[in-house]
Amino acid sequence: MYASGKYSSRGPALIPRMKTKHRIYYITLFSVVLLGLIATGMFQFWPHSIESAADWTLDKRSVHDAPLVRLPVSSPIPERGDLSCRMHTCFDVYRCGYNPKNRIKVYIYPLQKFVDELGVPISSTGLSREYNDLLSAISDSDFYTDDVTRACLFIPSIDVLNQNSLRIRETAQALTMLPRWDKGMNHLLFNMLPGGPPDYNTALDVPRDRALLAGGGFSTWTYRQGYDVSIPVYSPLSADVELPERQPGPRHYFILSSQTAIHREYRAELERLKEENGEALLLLDKCSNLSQGVASARKRCYKGQVYDYPQILQESSFCVVLRGARLGQAALSDVLQAGCVPVILADSYILPFSEVLDWKRASVVIPEEKLSEMYTILKSIPHRQVEEMQRQARWFWEAYFSSMKAIGLTTLQIINDRIYPYAARTYEQWNNPPVVKWSSVNSPLFLPLIPPRAPGFTAVVLTYDRVESLFRVITEISKVPSLAKLLVVWNNQNKSPPEESLWPKIGVPLKVVRTKENKLSNRFFPYDEIETEAVLAIDDDIIMLTSDELQFGYEVWREFPDRLVGYPGRLHLWDHEMGKWKYESEWTNEVSMVLTGAAFYHKYFNYLYTYKMPGDIKNWVDAHMNCEDIAMNFLVANITGKAPIKVTPRKKFKCPECTAIDGLSLDQTHMVERSECINKFASVFGTMPLKVVEHRADPVLYKDDFPEKLKSFPNIGSL
Amino acid sequence: MQARKKYVLLGLCACCWLVLFYWGGGVQLRLLRLLTRQRGEVVRPWPNWTDRAFLPRYAHLDELQTDPGTAESPRQRRQAWSAIYKDSRCRMETCFDFSRCRRRGREGFRVYIYPSEKNDHVSESYRKILTSIAESRYYTSDPREACLFVLGIDTLDRDQLSGQFVPNVDERIRGYPLWNDGRNHLIFNLYSGTWPNYTEDLGFNIGQAILAKASLNTEHFRPGFDVSIPLFSKDHPQKGGERGWLVRNTIPPRRKYLLMFKGKRYLTGIGSDTRNALHHIHNGKDIVSLTTCRHGKDWEKHKDARCDHDNLEYERFDYQELLHNSTFCLVPRGRRLGSFRFLESLQAACIPVLLSNGWELPFSDVIQWNQAVIEGDERLLLQVPSTVRAVGNERVLALRQRTQMLWEAYFSSVDKIVLTTLEIIKDRVFSHISRNKYMWNSLPGGLLVLPEYSTHLAHFPFYYLGLGVSPGQEFTAVIHAVSPLVSQSQPIMKLLQVVSKSKYCSQIIILWNSEKPPPIRSKWPPMPVPLTVTDGRRKTTSRFLPHVAIETEAVLSLDEDTVLLTSEVNFAFLVWRSFPERIVGYPPRSHFWDPLKHAWGYTSKWTNDYSIVLTGAAFYHRYYHYLFSHYLPQSLRTLVDRSSNCEDILMNFLVSAVTHLPPIKVAQRKQYKELPSPQGTKSVPWANPEHFSQRQECVNTFANWFGYMPLVHSQFRLDPVLFKDQVSVLRKKYKDLERA
Repeated sequence: MYASGKYSSRGPALIPRMKTKHRIYYITLFSVVLLGLIATGMFQFWPHSIESAADWTLDKRSVHDAPLVRLPVSSPIPERGDLSCRMHTCFDVYRCGYNPKNRIKVYIYPLQKFVDELGVPISSTGLSREYNDLLSAISDSDFYTDDVTRACLFIPSIDVLNQNSLRIRETAQALTMLPRWDKGMNHLLFNMLPGGPPDYNTALDVPRDRALLAGGGFSTWTYRQGYDVSIPVYSPLSADVELPERQPGPRHYFILSSQTAIHREYRAELERLKEENGEALLLLDKCSNLSQGVASARKRCYKGQVYDYPQILQESSFCVVLRGARLGQAALSDVLQAGCVPVILADSYILPFSEVLDWKRASVVIPEEKLSEMYTILKSIPHRQVEEMQRQARWFWEAYFSSMKAIGLTTLQIINDRIYPYAARTYEQWNNPPVVKWSSVNSPLFLPLIPPRAPGFTAVVLTYDRVESLFRVITEISKVPSLAKLLVVWNNQNKSPPEESLWPKIGVPLKVVRTKENKLSNRFFPYDEIETEAVLAIDDDIIMLTSDELQFGYEVWREFPDRLVGYPGRLHLWDHEMGKWKYESEWTNEVSMVLTGAAFYHKYFNYLYTYKMPGDIKNWVDAHMNCEDIAMNFLVANITGKAPIKVTPRKKFKCPECTAIDGLSLDQTHMVERSECINKFASVFGTMPLKVVEHRADPVLYKDDFPEKLKSFPNIGSL
Repeated sequence: MQARKKYVLLGLCACCWLVLFYWGGGVQLRLLRLLTRQRGEVVRPWPNWTDRAFLPRYAHLDELQTDPGTAESPRQRRQAWSAIYKDSRCRMETCFDFSRCRRRGREGFRVYIYPSEKNDHVSESYRKILTSIAESRYYTSDPREACLFVLGIDTLDRDQLSGQFVPNVDERIRGYPLWNDGRNHLIFNLYSGTWPNYTEDLGFNIGQAILAKASLNTEHFRPGFDVSIPLFSKDHPQKGGERGWLVRNTIPPRRKYLLMFKGKRYLTGIGSDTRNALHHIHNGKDIVSLTTCRHGKDWEKHKDARCDHDNLEYERFDYQELLHNSTFCLVPRGRRLGSFRFLESLQAACIPVLLSNGWELPFSDVIQWNQAVIEGDERLLLQVPSTVRAVGNERVLALRQRTQMLWEAYFSSVDKIVLTTLEIIKDRVFSHISRNKYMWNSLPGGLLVLPEYSTHLAHFPFYYLGLGVSPGQEFTAVIHAVSPLVSQSQPIMKLLQVVSKSKYCSQIIILWNSEKPPPIRSKWPPMPVPLTVTDGRRKTTSRFLPHVAIETEAVLSLDEDTVLLTSEVNFAFLVWRSFPERIVGYPPRSHFWDPLKHAWGYTSKWTNDYSIVLTGAAFYHRYYHYLFSHYLPQSLRTLVDRSSNCEDILMNFLVSAVTHLPPIKVAQRKQYKELPSPQGTKSVPWANPEHFSQRQECVNTFANWFGYMPLVHSQFRLDPVLFKDQVSVLRKKYKDLERA
């Protein structure tokens, strides 16, 4: 590339000296060379995935090609996990370091096949499909690093998902053989089926030093809070069966029990509940006489009647998930997938991902002792809440249970949140389903504060060259008691603002800011000169507002610091004929916007307007020299979910002296343009955030039969 | 060389290059791979095994579904547990006797306090804790109905070197017949252990009692059983408490200093590692980290080279000034894990940066601390400056507001700390009627959310925006009737007509509080909406009872003699839908501070602002009925019933305490007090001077119970957009409001 650059730069100087014929020849040759070079470059730096597979043997490898490692009998065994381990005692944070992306780096050991001295493998299954899925998902994620020296977390490729298939002692020895094991520091093991007969411990029995355990079926006594991660027991049915999402609502059965190996004590209890409540309960069990070839795992029976599993789960509002020998049950995943609200009876069970998921919103946890009260307890839950729980249950499955990828990446995200707590995901991010995330608002100014009157407000006047009118505005506003500072934004690059001596003498500081370009968005820039949180945006021709009106506007803003508080109100309407939004400036009974020709708002919105305005709205406004006020109304309504506040009767910004052609807001095309703005913005926001209200704010005693001189704001102008 | 030849040569070279590339690409690739290999290890993600489809399942479906099961009976297993999992392994399932709290809900959760003995010395702080419990709605003086027991012995300070230390606790508690190895007991503690190691030892065997302790270590914390509480000083107010210091959200949200610390440096012993290192991050400009060695009697003995210099620098800055002017405040561990600094910075809206490894944060069960503080790591002190610098403005804004929310919801008074502790335990006991995390972590905080009312978020007035839903389209009118029905022209008849005509009205409930029995059904006029008559038993507070008949979220509370228009009702209802957490009503009143009497005053005069709207005609959320009847103490409700007065003031107090905002007054055609008294039959109660002075007293009694004055003033009224404008009447939707 370097060479081509050099020659092409000399080219133009040489070419004129040659004949036309040659010129064409050389230009063609040049182009070919250039193209060739570009192609070379592209091929060299293209990701390897498109390379011909013949050269890259990695993808042609079989699991059986994994190198064999023989474990000496005498190789050390790690200590049993230390129950007192916490992130600050057993985890080496220095490996994670400070990193601007706040993301941990995860290394996966290459696959090895461990055998004992006799050549017997340490696990009966070797690498399982699920663990393979998990590891490939992690290696495809941006947590992955291939550089073992930069890794913060290490994941062995030894599959310990199911303890039943493991030789415990040998597996433990294999762990210590890992090159970076170092007492299990920063190592993460995934296990879903812990324990074995007869005790069924609730955590993996493989000794593992300080390694973190992502386990299914922890009890409160084995779970090291803030260190281990409780994960679901993956149900392979998730991949095989597709259960379409069903609308939340009442289902045919109220309670369903579909587990097959329920302890007879529980089954007796459930039978009693069924006797008492009849059809509302459905108690299924294993089918005893299925014809050959039918997968018994996919069928359930009740008194000879056969039901499809897990489809039947969709027919019930609540589904019982009882503990068995283990606390974690794969049935929980099936139940969630069906959008059925799990009723969990497993004392001391640490629910999956309970560190971040709010299970109270998706399930009912009942102490085992209270199984007999289950029906009454569930009946007391309001219908709407049941529906919300159904939706929430399905969402939990989709986001955190549906695949090994989801389970693995959620686990890593939880650990990531612990290491970089200041960049952790919020409760809403974890728990709100997309539909709620979309419709809900989390206002950045959520604390209910009525700021003190004292610091006052800063008036920001946008002006181009109407100096005379500007001076009148300045003189008028300076009479408002709470004015703290006046900022003139001089938007005319061709003309300098008048000399200092010519400006009106006022009692508060007056600053002039000169802009680089004549843009409307300059009025909403968060200038450092604005030191108050309250900003009054005001046009340079608005002189009709009385001092009382402005002061009252400020007082109202103090009670609504998170809203736009303005004078004339405007409305958006749905035009049924045209099938789009329409801007309305008629004097209606409703308001959804206020003009920012004179409006109070929080300085925070200046910051949002300048830096966080979605899409190309800002450029659109600057290009059209219009609609900056509509954009601001959209922005504030979208982020707060609240309507603006219109104050006082004021309906228009026209002074008696102004001529009809003066000012922007007059002609017909202008109205069309503003309607266009609304449609454009609504499409950029993806929704119509504006809220319509029918009220405006007036002083308490406005137009009341009361002596004017005793009123705080007697001089409220008219239309 | 001629130019032409030069170009031919160049062309040839290029062609060779191309040929080499297209036919010998493999050579190049190999070259390239060699190069990259030299730089480090090969990029080798987890391989895409060719035989991945043949890999075995981690478990067979049958194995997953047919849980092997154990022969052991679940009942026996649960019984066996309580023998195994006790003391340091206590959990609610094994160490708590649920049967003592058998009755459901509030009634079942009762707390008993052991009487303190005469010669017992009880510290100021513990006295406040006991007062909080005794005044709470969970208190019982009968140990037989108690679910939870609290010791009368002061266990706050278990440092043997302290003057507050109470000896022989072990012997004394073992003498209690109800002790039962600490089952269902709650023990409060602020300081444990002593110099030099400050262990978690309390100096007596707590057995199976629940520990509510400050500076709890995660290792000793029994999850789901103990409660971590904040360390608070003996001057911490009993009730109410100061508000947070954040009065406005400045933009940009940064303050003069980025990070500050001012405190002791321990030269030796536990906690000295962290404190000794703090001076490293001091830069004298935006990071001020000051330590002093000058504390304790013999500090000069251990004095090191830094001490003199540090002590000098230490005097240059004022702690209070730093607290006000710093964006972040370091909260490092002291001898113990928690410190006063934590609550101080929380109140000051100075975002705490914690350096206290292993500290189980206060109320960690329910509070999501990562949304309010920066959890640092003692090991990474030197990273703290860059970490806090990297926190964006938006996050600072959010963190700061959250400190205030948590401070005011859970920490500003001893009452709140103690009640939060009790509510957390109660939520565990009645786990299926308990608050979820969202309720605990969003405004107005968990203490004001009563799960017995509902566990469904959309049933509360404060969560609409966060859930993305809007309040219902209908309301229930509750009319408080006191006079017997004698004629069809009584005001209540007119009122029924007017209200039932509103298209938003779904039902009307008449609360019959007259001495005469309610009239038969046919006496009431026919109406388009269902009418229910319930007996209020002649109690004033009955108007705020959470009647099950109220099915809508909005309640329109009415006096029988209220004169309203349908359009007034409609307009007010629409306004309420924009402000569902507030009271929206018509006639305003105001409170003020009377410096002469040193008391609060109450006025019904026409003023330019108001802080109360009368509930004789007002919209509010039905949840406030429940709060009124179950959150407020019996004493206040009795006061209201006895005087048949002030119920509206109390309701305004309650709602403003929840929202921190004023009520909303809407336009009204006529002023309430100008109404002609109904047929002159009954004297208007507010004409009575005694009635007025009673209300004055009420305001002060209520403010006293809340511990502060929750009422807030407002200066505006909400009118219809075209109200009294000089535009055509035909344009106006609410033209009736303007008719004289």
